[in-house]
Amino acid sequence: MTAGNATQPPLLRIGALTKRFGGFTALDNVSVDIMPGERFGLIGPNGSGKTTLINCISGAFRTEPNTVIFGGEDITRLAPHARTRRGIARSFQIPRPFKSMTVVENLMVALDFTSAAHLRLTTDDHRESAMEILAQMGLEARAGRPVTALSQVELRKLELARALATRPKLLISDEAMAGLSGSEVDEVLDLLMSLAHKDITIIMIEHIMQAVMRFSQRIMCLDAGRIIAIGAPDEVMANTRVQEAYLGT
Amino acid sequence: MKRGAIAFWAGAALFLALVLVLTQIIGNEYPFFAGYVILQFIVLAVAWSILGGYAGYVNFGTSAFFGVGVYTAVFLVQSIGAPLYLQIAVAAAVGAVLGFAVGLLTLRMQGIFFSIATIALTIIIETSVTNWRDLGGAAGIQIQRPPVTAPFHTYVQLLFFVQALLVVLAVAIARYIQNSWIGRGLQALKDDELAAECTGVPTLRLKVAACVISGALMSAAGAPAAMYLQYADPGSAFNLNYSVSVLAMALIGGSAHWIGPVIGAILLGITQQLLAVTISSEVNVLVLGVMLVLFVVGAPEGIIGIFRKFAAPRAEGKP
Repeated sequence: MTAGNATQPPLLRIGALTKRFGGFTALDNVSVDIMPGERFGLIGPNGSGKTTLINCISGAFRTEPNTVIFGGEDITRLAPHARTRRGIARSFQIPRPFKSMTVVENLMVALDFTSAAHLRLTTDDHRESAMEILAQMGLEARAGRPVTALSQVELRKLELARALATRPKLLISDEAMAGLSGSEVDEVLDLLMSLAHKDITIIMIEHIMQAVMRFSQRIMCLDAGRIIAIGAPDEVMANTRVQEAYLGT
Repeated sequence: MKRGAIAFWAGAALFLALVLVLTQIIGNEYPFFAGYVILQFIVLAVAWSILGGYAGYVNFGTSAFFGVGVYTAVFLVQSIGAPLYLQIAVAAAVGAVLGFAVGLLTLRMQGIFFSIATIALTIIIETSVTNWRDLGGAAGIQIQRPPVTAPFHTYVQLLFFVQALLVVLAVAIARYIQNSWIGRGLQALKDDELAAECTGVPTLRLKVAACVISGALMSAAGAPAAMYLQYADPGSAFNLNYSVSVLAMALIGGSAHWIGPVIGAILLGITQQLLAVTISSEVNVLVLGVMLVLFVVGAPEGIIGIFRKFAAPRAEGKP
């Protein structure tokens, strides 16, 4: 499980990824390997390209061939849903639940569409699996409620639960803790930790430094679309450029 | 779930039996003449709601699909004297192909842009048919009904029964979609398209599939209209009123459940027939408009939304 183990192939390889919007370069020649089972922190000031990078990985933005390689396969031509089926799941910065559904139905969408076609008809099994995931997330009491009845922290957990229901190899958590109270942050952090222990590779985008430091084995800091530091959490925090760009000296 | 299916099919069988009995005991042709229109609107509204209700893509092209159904039937009758069932089957196939093409071309657009594209489609097809001499062109074309087959006494009764069959078919398909993973996927993409994609839902494929099914049913519903009127002309076959009425029926009934468009079509269909007989057919549009505004403001979820609001406290707490 050690980060950066050179003997095994990376789960995700970002290779010289550049993303421009008109004249604005959101990502500039970003290259990084994420190893299987790694807990990877992604930090950077607002507008540094973190979410753009996530959108490139999950498929919301298209990129040049061979810039995103997952499990040894070039996935740049694949639509987001095909990437999800291959094992890339994400949560959204601002929760985007399916509002017309109940909590458990939100998860069933994920289970329905990521299982093999012949399994789609056995809805009852899916309801069971969905309940298991909700229990894991501490949401089982809310299963039958409409998502509009959920609190902010519950919505964050639902985002993670729904991502988890796609049975991901790689989970990208986009600021799952922003705006939560101290104890709620710990709660969500513990959940992510427990997922990491189940061999899910996790990329965590977070502004809450304590949480990223505690969680990550490796941290990458972006600024204006470039990698300015990557390595062990302590090293990255000690980096003067990171302190300048991110912490604002 | 199982019990629901039995109840549904028993209801469908009962409905068809009732329709058959009515054709045997009522001698007057007018009830069937008026009822046919209502049944036709049920099929159209249910078909509309598959794309417009479940997926949330507001389609103004109902009249395009309907008119294509009418003219497919006209073409088949004129060229090979095809029987009614063949007219309907081929019309459904043509509607499906049209739905596929339209879906692929337009469903990447969202919201109002999709709706505008569907209006454009109607105009393009109407213009093409208007300039197609062999199908009568702008002047329209007369069609001869074949002799009626037993057990029906008049051809309108036969058409009434056939349209009732199409109602059952359309509702069964809509019901299946609603209760299956397809319906859940459509509902998810209606709520949030990007989140649906990232949850593994192939949104474009599902939307195109919904457009194909919806289009096939609309064209199938249009096919018997040629025989019903014994006449077809582009102006009435592609009349934008079909698009507006059907949309209003689905929205007023409520488009989240298959029963919604059925209720809406029955309610508005009867109102239209009554108004057409008592005042004038032009008042239809006015009443339709007023009702649509009232419902959009007062009950955006339609009639089934009102029912659900009353049923909700009871259902609370159920997982």
